[in-house]
Amino acid sequence: MKPAAFTYHRARDVDGATRLLAELGDEAKLIAGGQSLVAMMNFRLARPRHLIDIGGIDGLDHLRTDAGGALRVGALATHHAVHTAPPDRLGPGHAVIRDAMRWIGHLPIRTRGTVGGSLAHADATAEWCLLATLLDAELTARGPGGRRRIAARDFFHGYYTTALEPHEMLTEITFPRPAPHAALTEFAERQGDFATVSAAVSLDLADDGALRGGRVALGGVDALPVRVPEAEEALGSGAPPGPETFARCAEAAAAAIDPPDDANGSAHYRRTLTRTLVTRACEEAMAR
Amino acid sequence: MSDTTHHPHHQQLIGLHVNGEQYEILTEPRRTLADALRHDLGITGTHVGCEHGICGACTVLLDDAPVRSCLMFAAQAEGARVRTVESLSDGRELSDLQQAFSAHHALQCGFCTPGFLMLAEGFLAERPDATKEEIREVVAANLCRCTGYQTIVEAIDDCAAARRRVAPTALAPAQDD
Amino acid sequence: MNGEARTPGPYDATSGEARTPAPYDATSGEAHGSAPSRPWIGASVGRREDPRLLTGRGRFTDDIHLPGMLYAQFVRSTMAHATVTAIDLDGVRQVPGVVAAFTAADLDLGDITARLDRPRSEYVPTDMPVLARDRVRYAGEPLAIVVARDPYAAEDGLEAAKVTYEPRPPVTREADALAPGAPLVHDEAPGNTLVDVSMFATEGIDTVFAEAPCVVAVEARTGRQNALPLETRGAVASWDDREEQLLLQTSSQTPHQVRTVTARCLRLDERSVRVVVPDMGGGFGQKCVVGREEIATAAAALRLDRPVKWTEDRKDALTASFLAREQHYEARAAFDADGRVLALDADIVCDMGAYSCFPFTAGIEPLMASAEMPGVYKVPAYRVRARAITTNKAPSAPYRGVSRPQYVMVMERLFERAARELGVDAVELRRRNLITEFPYTGVNNITYDPGSYREALDLCERTLRDEGWYERRAAATAEGRHLGIGYSCFSERTGYGSTAFAQRKMEVVPGYDIAEARMDTSGALVVTTGTMSHGQSHETTMAQIAADQLGLDLAKVRIHQGDTDRVGYGWGTFASRSIAVGGSAVRLAAAKLGTKLRHLAAARWGVPTEETELGRGLVRRRGDQAQYFTYEQLADIAYLKAHLLPKGLEPGLSATATFDVFNDGTFSNAAHGVVVELHEGTGQVEILRYACVEDCGVAINPKVVEGQARGGIAQGIAGVLFEQITYDDQGEPSATSFMDYKVPTAHEIPNITVAHLETPCAFTETGAKGAGEGGTIGAPAAVLNAVNDALLPTGVELDSTPVTPETVARALERTATASPRPEYTRLERTR
Repeated sequence: MKPAAFTYHRARDVDGATRLLAELGDEAKLIAGGQSLVAMMNFRLARPRHLIDIGGIDGLDHLRTDAGGALRVGALATHHAVHTAPPDRLGPGHAVIRDAMRWIGHLPIRTRGTVGGSLAHADATAEWCLLATLLDAELTARGPGGRRRIAARDFFHGYYTTALEPHEMLTEITFPRPAPHAALTEFAERQGDFATVSAAVSLDLADDGALRGGRVALGGVDALPVRVPEAEEALGSGAPPGPETFARCAEAAAAAIDPPDDANGSAHYRRTLTRTLVTRACEEAMAR
Repeated sequence: MSDTTHHPHHQQLIGLHVNGEQYEILTEPRRTLADALRHDLGITGTHVGCEHGICGACTVLLDDAPVRSCLMFAAQAEGARVRTVESLSDGRELSDLQQAFSAHHALQCGFCTPGFLMLAEGFLAERPDATKEEIREVVAANLCRCTGYQTIVEAIDDCAAARRRVAPTALAPAQDD
Repeated sequence: MNGEARTPGPYDATSGEARTPAPYDATSGEAHGSAPSRPWIGASVGRREDPRLLTGRGRFTDDIHLPGMLYAQFVRSTMAHATVTAIDLDGVRQVPGVVAAFTAADLDLGDITARLDRPRSEYVPTDMPVLARDRVRYAGEPLAIVVARDPYAAEDGLEAAKVTYEPRPPVTREADALAPGAPLVHDEAPGNTLVDVSMFATEGIDTVFAEAPCVVAVEARTGRQNALPLETRGAVASWDDREEQLLLQTSSQTPHQVRTVTARCLRLDERSVRVVVPDMGGGFGQKCVVGREEIATAAAALRLDRPVKWTEDRKDALTASFLAREQHYEARAAFDADGRVLALDADIVCDMGAYSCFPFTAGIEPLMASAEMPGVYKVPAYRVRARAITTNKAPSAPYRGVSRPQYVMVMERLFERAARELGVDAVELRRRNLITEFPYTGVNNITYDPGSYREALDLCERTLRDEGWYERRAAATAEGRHLGIGYSCFSERTGYGSTAFAQRKMEVVPGYDIAEARMDTSGALVVTTGTMSHGQSHETTMAQIAADQLGLDLAKVRIHQGDTDRVGYGWGTFASRSIAVGGSAVRLAAAKLGTKLRHLAAARWGVPTEETELGRGLVRRRGDQAQYFTYEQLADIAYLKAHLLPKGLEPGLSATATFDVFNDGTFSNAAHGVVVELHEGTGQVEILRYACVEDCGVAINPKVVEGQARGGIAQGIAGVLFEQITYDDQGEPSATSFMDYKVPTAHEIPNITVAHLETPCAFTETGAKGAGEGGTIGAPAAVLNAVNDALLPTGVELDSTPVTPETVARALERTATASPRPEYTRLERTR
């Protein structure tokens, strides 16, 4: 389990990285934290001929909340930095993001793994991918031609595939508005593993506590994280927030999906988990 | 322009700062930090158990944070401070954490132990006020096949409690990154 | 029998406490006859192993670096079953950094062949080549060794190997292996059956089943597992010109067996091979058989005349190393109306994979299961058929517990099911049937020495009752939650001697062990053992035994192990034998040395030896406290002033002793009690409480025993809930990483309380029984029973493992149509 040989490049800035990507083409891969990539390289399941280390690029590990309430996270911020961010940078409006970090692997993975790396890797059960989908995040990519912004709904294309061009790198993810009543939860046979199913819910609660609508996103039920409009309808029906509404929402989610049937769980089981986890996420979102 | 490139099979000069000393090794870029420590520097206290980041036997501190040394290349550790199990005690005197492991029989074969020690060392430095439940959660990061984990959790908890008794001012939660 | 038999001491069933010995007083010099008081045995002293392991100064096999050393990896079969028509390594040899590559034909090594002395109808011997030649029988089987200047280049080399296969249909499941006309894994083994024994068949057993008021059946399958030492296998081989000897440093529980097989395969005198075992990162049985790779590594080192190191990587460890535990039981038990078991009938099939392991053979699992299945219960009639089948999977070897986790689970399921049928409490049903009078000779012709079967179960149940778990279960049921309580009780044969092992009819018969005690001129003691600790703390516990025997401070005793040049032969560490057998040898060797010391002192005083006695670090003249020689003084005479030695006493102070067991061995026992909660909607099995009551006789070091129990239980939980080695239909392994092979973490393994009972063994030298495997044996049954107890309202019963969350979630879906929990009637206690 030793990686195949590669040429190692160390990028000092984003321009350098994207220029190298453009030069080297398909055979190059960016490495930041490397927590998924190096494991795959050790198995020789990934064997890039060129590895461009962007870990040393300054100014991409920022984490701040704008005056307008948008949370901006640099692509090189680690999961652990988000998990332990002070409230003035990551406030209660985005607590769902901070709390979701505990589901990512374990501490020594979170200290190295980066937000951008996780999104670019695009595992269908990854927490960042689910959060981005749930909260309509906007992803900023830079290539030799400049910068572009990609909406989360356009970013994920399928198993480990994204809208990123081969010469682009992610620089930032923006969560445009606070989601004070949101929660992410998941289930894996062994905690810390990739989830069999993960669920995230954001409730839109009026000041008087009335439920005005909500969002439901799932991981592990498709090749990419998905929103479930059928389940969201249950939250927008004007029904009061509570067990009955949440159960209806969860039931609608389970009915709407067409999950994979594989060694990690049958389609039936993934529906069962969906029902459970959506309910849990609704309850936790409500409790905030 | 200022980017640097090292080709395959070309040996690359890598500077590593390990346990307070600066080393230079000439190696291929694909050398993992774990292999560089063990085979190039002969610092073999860090063990390798799975080479895909799950077992945690290779856990070391990188700028004080616990990381898997099998999941990074030595080249990525340039400019950072690496600490391994060899740094924990001064000479033959065991540190408080090591003593707690021994007192609680928190090791049997001892192969996973350096990883757990470095995990705990890094975690307690950041969270000296950690509860036993938080400690168990962190201990779940690494695999041990001998002990059933209970004594590892107890050893770390005991060590943390003893440190708090000695330095109660350390109670302030560490929230800075 | 060696030594004198001791009658079992009084035993305290109520306290569950370890004996706490008085602290050692080095100044008192108090002594009783020739056996000084024993401050060390029974003391939870700190481990001698710890300082080096905690500071990173342990030395494991992969830590060894020799000048000029090369690194090996193996070209492995990508097919589960095929004829190999060509192996082309030319490309490999061109890869930068690769120094050499060898096939079986290049190295011309003898095969590894394990045999049983049984008729061909019962056992078919098969050869395991060090490197496969024209046939591969599992994906991962080694075909060629590639040696390179560094481990990275060695793996580059593997990718350049060209192997041409003619595929054969793979045999991956029991049903396929046993089907008429099935493809054969070994041409010489018809029906893919390597072992087929039918035993006992008590006369009239069919009538008993026909007439019994209660007959219950269990069909259970248990998943294939990997013992999974965290340190993978590995070896460093080098030739020592000065000693004219191959030095093979390898991570092995059985260094002498490795020496024997390596010498045979390399066609060397055994003297020309020295096996040294460095620190070991666990073994659990996987390292008590001889591996092909370590021999190929040695052969490559000899061929190249350079040191060669092989370190197994995790992918190979999961897919191509030795596995275990895949078994299928069809069992029935008959009970009378009072709940007394009348008969047991079992058909056991063990999937042993592609080859017989050395020295145990493919018989290891079926022979263990069939001989011992009645276990702790008074079963009057018994019939069993047990088979080992061969399939295209990596071969099986012993794994902690060997078959006992499985058959105990099946027995305990039978008892639980009978309890339901009879409408009685399952613990009461067990009590009715437990062996309570010892020695007891069972229907399986095994004589059980005294144990605390009944007392352990009583204490275990009382613990859970006193803590209120029965009330909590009732309250949970009322709330619609799913709590379950489960038990297991079992005994574990430990300390197999040559007599017991001979019944297996293996070609080589383990059993005895050896120890040499040598005192140096300063009065310090080195004891060399034939056992091989790999986490069991023998450097501490064996030293406790020797220190007590000679009245030495623990710091004065050093244990040496794992070097075949230091003792003539030894059988290593497996089958919970080391303290029972090896520890007895240590005590005997120390006792012999004590006698020598007394002879010497007696001669100096000119009195008979009977007028001397051992004290703390000295020999005293009986009846005269003022007259004594310290060991240092005696050693000074023995080594450095030999002219003062009396006639008949040779210079030096050393003694060698062997110990063997000439009966059926000694049985440790335990009861486990478990409370689980099953979570609806995820199927998660949460263990809320785990209580173990164990009796391994005299506990040399209670904390070490607790560690063995807890760690063993963790592995048992892993087997029943989490781990499984899986294959696709083509025999391709599908658990290739820790993502798929789910070793549980601190999040999954609960706290475990361990209470000790002590029924000393009468025929081991210390009263100790083995303690290495019990935890693993008891856990699957107890956890599975608890899960089934929680599932009671659903009507679903689960008998096969691993029990995954999905399985549980599906079962819980039937909760909607559930019946209320039935109330048990309690049987009168009969004894």
